[in-house]
Amino acid sequence: MTNVLIVAEQSNGSLKKSSLNAVGAGQLLAARTGGQLHVALLGQGVGGAPAQLAALGVTVHVAEHAALAHGLAEAAAPVVAALARAVGAGYVGGAATSGGKDLLPRAAALLEAAMATEVLAFAGDGAQVLFRRPMWAGNVVADVELATAVKVFTIRPTEFAPAAPAAAPGEVKAVAASVDAAGLKTRFVSFEEVKSTRPELTEARVVVSGGRGTKGDFKPIEALADVLGAAVGASRAAVDAGWVPNDWQVGQTGKVVAPELYVAAGISGAIQHLAGMKGSKVIVAVNKDPEAPVFAVADYGLVGDLFKVLPELTEKVKAGK
Amino acid sequence: MALKILVTAKRVEDPESKIRVKPDGSGIVTDGVNYKLNPFDEIAIEEALRLKEAHGGEVVVVSIGGDKSQTEIRAALAMGADRGILLRHEGPLDPVVVSALLAKLVEQEKPDLVLLGKQSIDDDQNQAGQYLAARLGQAQGTFASKHESLESEAEQKRQPGLKLAADGQRLTVVREVDGGVETLDLALPAVVTVDLRLNKPRFASLPGIMKAKKKELKDVPAASLGVDLTPRVLVRRLAEPPKRQGGLKVADVEELYKKLHEGAKVL
Ligand SMILES: Cc1cc2nc3c(=O)[nH]c(=O)nc-3n(C[C@H](O)[C@H](O)[C@H](O)COP(=O)(O)OP(=O)(O)OC[C@H]3O[C@@H](n4cnc5c(N)ncnc54)[C@H](O)[C@@H]3O)c2cc1C
Ligand SMILES: Nc1ncnc2c1ncn2[C@@H]1O[C@H](COP(=O)(O)O)[C@@H](O)[C@H]1O
Repeated sequence: MTNVLIVAEQSNGSLKKSSLNAVGAGQLLAARTGGQLHVALLGQGVGGAPAQLAALGVTVHVAEHAALAHGLAEAAAPVVAALARAVGAGYVGGAATSGGKDLLPRAAALLEAAMATEVLAFAGDGAQVLFRRPMWAGNVVADVELATAVKVFTIRPTEFAPAAPAAAPGEVKAVAASVDAAGLKTRFVSFEEVKSTRPELTEARVVVSGGRGTKGDFKPIEALADVLGAAVGASRAAVDAGWVPNDWQVGQTGKVVAPELYVAAGISGAIQHLAGMKGSKVIVAVNKDPEAPVFAVADYGLVGDLFKVLPELTEKVKAGK
Repeated sequence: MALKILVTAKRVEDPESKIRVKPDGSGIVTDGVNYKLNPFDEIAIEEALRLKEAHGGEVVVVSIGGDKSQTEIRAALAMGADRGILLRHEGPLDPVVVSALLAKLVEQEKPDLVLLGKQSIDDDQNQAGQYLAARLGQAQGTFASKHESLESEAEQKRQPGLKLAADGQRLTVVREVDGGVETLDLALPAVVTVDLRLNKPRFASLPGIMKAKKKELKDVPAASLGVDLTPRVLVRRLAEPPKRQGGLKVADVEELYKKLHEGAKVL
């Protein structure tokens, strides 16, 4: 019997949605191994997040400490490792957020564990779990075995169903986190949030993205996004040019999205961009170049100038409401 | 206040190459595939050079791999790195082993800073730097970026994005994270992994390439470092992802709207 520990994340006292997907993945693993599922929540002022987790029917271990307030990996990794040992976890995982990718490999090293990043599914048989994950910008899908006693992973949130509320809530336990705050070599300075009234990119039902073809003018992209209640995304070229925030990049090294509708305008469709949006239900591409590779993955391609096409589409949507 | 920097240079498939899986799923087809320096490592090397240009010091480049990884070390030397170390190892590697080898090398070289890419574009693991920081018990700054864009004046002037404190003891790192930009202050020695928007790497000049041929490149068997080289991440099977059925074109916005509204029902 091997227990499972999922590291959840909160911000300002509410649970991150991707943590629900991570707990969902943890449930699948616990069912495979016959073990128990434990969830860790670290921070300072975690608000209603522990209750949100307990509602899923899992045992929640809450570690609160001033030094854990900003999610510094150096401070959090030993706490995660100690908890993993205490609950007898053979699997330790979380969502493939920037926080998860920063923290979990550091915790894995302390646990002498090997790790799989951006897991898409659990393959293999029964308790013999193989981790299915993308390689080479999603050109390849690999089934990977982790040959260490403890196995660590991050899951791609779009690939796992969120955990559902349970009939009976789980227990919430306080963990005495021993953090040597004075000995920390990493200091938090500041966080500048990209404030937006639009939905979060990875959670939106519709995403409208722009690329180099916008020449820096994202107005048509944003106007369409706003009538659709959509999030705005971008290609690397648009972000590198400084036209839009880093946080908008979709792709191999940006966000991975899987909305019901993804509109790519003025984006050529490089493999690294496709890696972040191929999982969308319906893909629309608007591009001047009929040979643009993005058309090969688009359900509906429209060859044309985005500065003409997007405003027209925006008007249509408005009229149809 | 000079900085000694150890920077990594992994040999990977060119991101422009078409990657195909062998029919038996045992690996990728390497015929016709080009190899180059991992793009993130190129950025790490550029940053190391800028830090050296600003503060003085030494840039030591390391690659773990077979004979051919010398090409990537030479590429880094041609950009301006001072000397190279090949930790020679044929066969599979993973971040557990890579970080253990790098930790041994850090014990020997005692750099003030280790700079790595945030991920290798072949295995896309995004782990080695974090494992290394844990093994060394050092501060960790992952996904280093900067406030200024790659089109900014600071970038034209090739200023380092990582800011060394006046006393030379701490380094300020601006990081790309979900929802915004975070700034951390790291006590040196530290480990930093770089993201795409930290800088635009320079091209090696012809004199740089000529000079690189004469620079020291130490060839060290990885097995001599006393690290367990057994791979812990075992790739059992590779496959190509399911293909999307795309390619349909619509004539105009009218038709597009109709398809989305009445057909796919997503509008
Ligand atoms: C290691 C690595 C990681 C990367 N990670 C990412 C990533 O995460 N995400 C990402 O997006 N990229 C990533 N890239 C970059 C990627 O390879 C491409 O360079 C990038 O996606 C190109 O952006 P683009 O499509 O906007 O620009 P381009 O390729 O220049 O395409 C612009 C398109 O706009 C069209 N166009 C121009 N004007 C108009 C108009 N008026 N109306 C309509 N269409 C127009 C053109 O026909 C063209 O197809 C990565 C690259 C590397 C090497
Ligand atoms: N074989 C290697 N040789 C040198 N550096 C490596 C090697 N493997 C990984 N690295 C470094 O570790 C970073 C992260 O790699 P990974 O964890 O494999 O995604 C890369 O960008 C490299 O800088």
